Amino acid sequence: MKIIILGAGQVGGTLAANLASEHNDITVVDTDSERLHELQDRYDIRTITGKASFPYVLRQAGADDADMLIAVTNSDEVNMVACQVAYSLHRTPTKIARVRSASYLSKASGLFGNEAFPIDVIISPEQVVTNHITRLIEHPGALQVLDFAEGKLQLVAVKAYFNGPLVGRELRYLRQHMPSVDTRVAAIFRRDRPIIPEGTTVIEADDEVFFIAAKNHIRAVMSELRGLEHNYKKIIIAGGGNIGERLCDALEGRYQVKIIERSIERCTFLAEKLNKTIVIRGNASDQDLLLEESVEDTDIFIAVTNDDEANIMSSMLAKRLGARKVMTLINNPAYVDLVQGGDIDIAISPQQATIGSLLTHVRRGDVASVHSLRRGAAEAIEAIAHGDEKSSKVVGKAIGDIDLPEGTTIGAIIRNDQVLIAHDDIVVESDDHVVLFLVDKRRIQDVERLFQVGITFF
Amino acid sequence: MHPAVILRILGMLLMVYSSTMLIPAMVALLYNDGGEKQFLSAFIITLVSGLLCWLPVQNQKQELRVRDGFVIVVLFWTVLGCFGAIPLMLGEHPGMSPTDAVFESISGLTTTGATVVANIDALPKSVLFYRQQLQWFGGMGIIVLAVAILPMLGVGGMQLYRAEAPGPIKDNKLTPRITETAKALWYIYVSLTIACGLAYWLCGMSAFDAIAHSFSTVAIGGFSTHNASIGYYDSAALEMITVVFMLLAGVNFGLHFLAWRRRRLDTYLTDPELRFYITVLLLISALVFIGLLITSEFSQFWVSLRHALFQTVSIATTTGYGIADFSTWHPMLATALLMGSFIGACAGSTGGGIKAIRVFLMFKQGLREMRRLIHPNAVMVIKLSNKAVPDRVIEAVWGFFGIYLISFCVLFLSMLATGLDFVTGFSAVAACMNNLGPGLGEVALHYGNISDTAKWILCFAMLLGRLEIFTLLVLFTPMFWRH
Repeated sequence: MKIIILGAGQVGGTLAANLASEHNDITVVDTDSERLHELQDRYDIRTITGKASFPYVLRQAGADDADMLIAVTNSDEVNMVACQVAYSLHRTPTKIARVRSASYLSKASGLFGNEAFPIDVIISPEQVVTNHITRLIEHPGALQVLDFAEGKLQLVAVKAYFNGPLVGRELRYLRQHMPSVDTRVAAIFRRDRPIIPEGTTVIEADDEVFFIAAKNHIRAVMSELRGLEHNYKKIIIAGGGNIGERLCDALEGRYQVKIIERSIERCTFLAEKLNKTIVIRGNASDQDLLLEESVEDTDIFIAVTNDDEANIMSSMLAKRLGARKVMTLINNPAYVDLVQGGDIDIAISPQQATIGSLLTHVRRGDVASVHSLRRGAAEAIEAIAHGDEKSSKVVGKAIGDIDLPEGTTIGAIIRNDQVLIAHDDIVVESDDHVVLFLVDKRRIQDVERLFQVGITFF
Repeated sequence: MHPAVILRILGMLLMVYSSTMLIPAMVALLYNDGGEKQFLSAFIITLVSGLLCWLPVQNQKQELRVRDGFVIVVLFWTVLGCFGAIPLMLGEHPGMSPTDAVFESISGLTTTGATVVANIDALPKSVLFYRQQLQWFGGMGIIVLAVAILPMLGVGGMQLYRAEAPGPIKDNKLTPRITETAKALWYIYVSLTIACGLAYWLCGMSAFDAIAHSFSTVAIGGFSTHNASIGYYDSAALEMITVVFMLLAGVNFGLHFLAWRRRRLDTYLTDPELRFYITVLLLISALVFIGLLITSEFSQFWVSLRHALFQTVSIATTTGYGIADFSTWHPMLATALLMGSFIGACAGSTGGGIKAIRVFLMFKQGLREMRRLIHPNAVMVIKLSNKAVPDRVIEAVWGFFGIYLISFCVLFLSMLATGLDFVTGFSAVAACMNNLGPGLGEVALHYGNISDTAKWILCFAMLLGRLEIFTLLVLFTPMFWRH
């Protein structure tokens, strides 16, 4: 696939790295030639220096025969105009743009569509990260929570703890123990190595377990793997940037939220914008301030400033001062492995959260959603099965009979809005959404091929 | 300062105003009560005075400044108050002394509703009508004053309602031009009056009384054509209609305009000031109702409820109608009602008092100070319907409140100095400054028995309250005149 990425910032860069490794032709456009140079040294991509919305720059980047344009520059306006130019001059088939400003996004505006701004998919990384964190807060103890089928089905990663009833037992025991709850363990990572679970697999403490279940069963399954945690109540958020603001907005109705921000102007803005949140001006790594705001009674401390180091330091301080749990936003992938599991309970990588929503459109075959897991090594895919028994490799077959690539499991099927947890005897029908889990992303092409419809379909 | 321009405007104002005296003259002819002579003479005196002001400066047409606005607004009420007194001084009925006449006229124009007349029923129809009409025209002036002019001058935090300020009603910019705004507001004012008059008439008032009372209801004035006020009719239905129209008149007319233009009733529901105002009224009525039950003032449950509701709305909106003499109730209840008048109606209405929005903002500011003690580093803003209120406005509101209290104290002391007793002095100043009308003690029914000095002080109090303190007091600062 030929893909043009506009903007070589954090999202653009990660995206280029991810997509280039999957045999795509990537062209990155940015005004900062040094940054482009850096990218080109590391990955096998083409770079163009210039303003992303200028027609000649786009032509240079090969917009004429590009399959996809991903506009992720810092400016909403440049992104929108670039999509317009690509559509008007080059008829680029798929146009994805990052638009952050809520004013453009409000549903009433009806701004996006082929007769207005021709943008096929709008992504908002801040919103994706916010949703990611919100889901984690709703499921205390989870490392990652991913939605399928508009949230009806969820894939949850959780670290098994010695006080969980299931720990030290075979997976089969789960069914006997909780007959009413239908779930499927999709994968287990033990000391960073994947294990494809079978009924006889024994779960050990410190295993990272990925399981799939309907939303209302998640809590029950989690309680099997580790002692159930109380729901969170008091939250402190450090950093009042875009993510902090959105988080407060999403959480303040249900939780007691405090937000700490350094700049007085931003504080005033937040205080005006938010209704219930207490906006505190100060430095999140100021011990006295944290004590004054009773960090020791806080259920969760979330550091979301745009400075990795500041996030890590303030989180560690908060943990030391008694915060029950800390979450930290970390941009630098190298830090993520460094800190997770130590003082910091959950490290959130914004790139990983965002990339999934883009991968959905890069994948061949009909894919409804893609989630990148374990820093890009694993992937969860919601693919749609088409065709009939003759043309498709999956339709009309029982799950047990499907010839899945190595390291791949089918977790669940969504049929007409109904969630069916995968069992070997369920037969896949046309238009089923099949949720697959790949422990190794290198198998992705095999999976894509599995869901492509043979030529006889027409 | 442009004295010539101000004089020209004043002259025009007087000439226009003189024509309003023709209406009671016609009423006099209609009822043949012999009052036409005094109204016609008053008409001529006012018209000639207006002409004399206007003629020499008729070609002065300079741009007015904001500071000229203060002078014009103050002159508007004082000069009209004086000229409005002329018909009351001439003729046999009522043939008042100048003090009484000015008091009555200012009380009318400021829509206070305090009267010096002991026996209202005995007045000729034309004079009765004239008193009601004074209130109605006063109310008309107040609407424009309150919705358009005071926000422009930025008096006591009212810049909150200025179009460009990020206030609670952001698109409160009714129309781009002040004359258009005035017209739109007057349409609402007139429609409310007509609706009110029709409702009264349908509920059994005579046509004359219905018109007369609709004038003073919509103006939140409180003048009546009977000694017993609304109690004269002794009709629960009529009282409830009065309550409804007093409430409507107590709502910000800018809000009425907005609701009418959007054709949506939920405009009212989302207005924070209105919600606060209704909550306060409900709390006070509940308090009064419980008080009436405990003191067994009325034997029946429903009668107590009726009295509690009517009297609370009447006093707290600063209308001042009565269906019973509430000054004879338990002192705590009477004082609670009087306290309610300090809160008054909404800003931008014909009501008086401190205004609900100011009290609401002060209440919020108080809460904010308490929350600050718990979170010393927190940044907090005061909000109205999720929009931040600038701290500048809060400061202005506190300044307003401070001066209001000080003015009250000074006026109260001077009333005591004229020889009035404590309750009378306190309630008279409160009733006049809040543009309420009836007080307690000696002034519960009328103000005829107090000394002339006290009446003049109360005239000043009425103007002070009506012009939102600052507008009047700023003229007494040397700084204002120095430029």
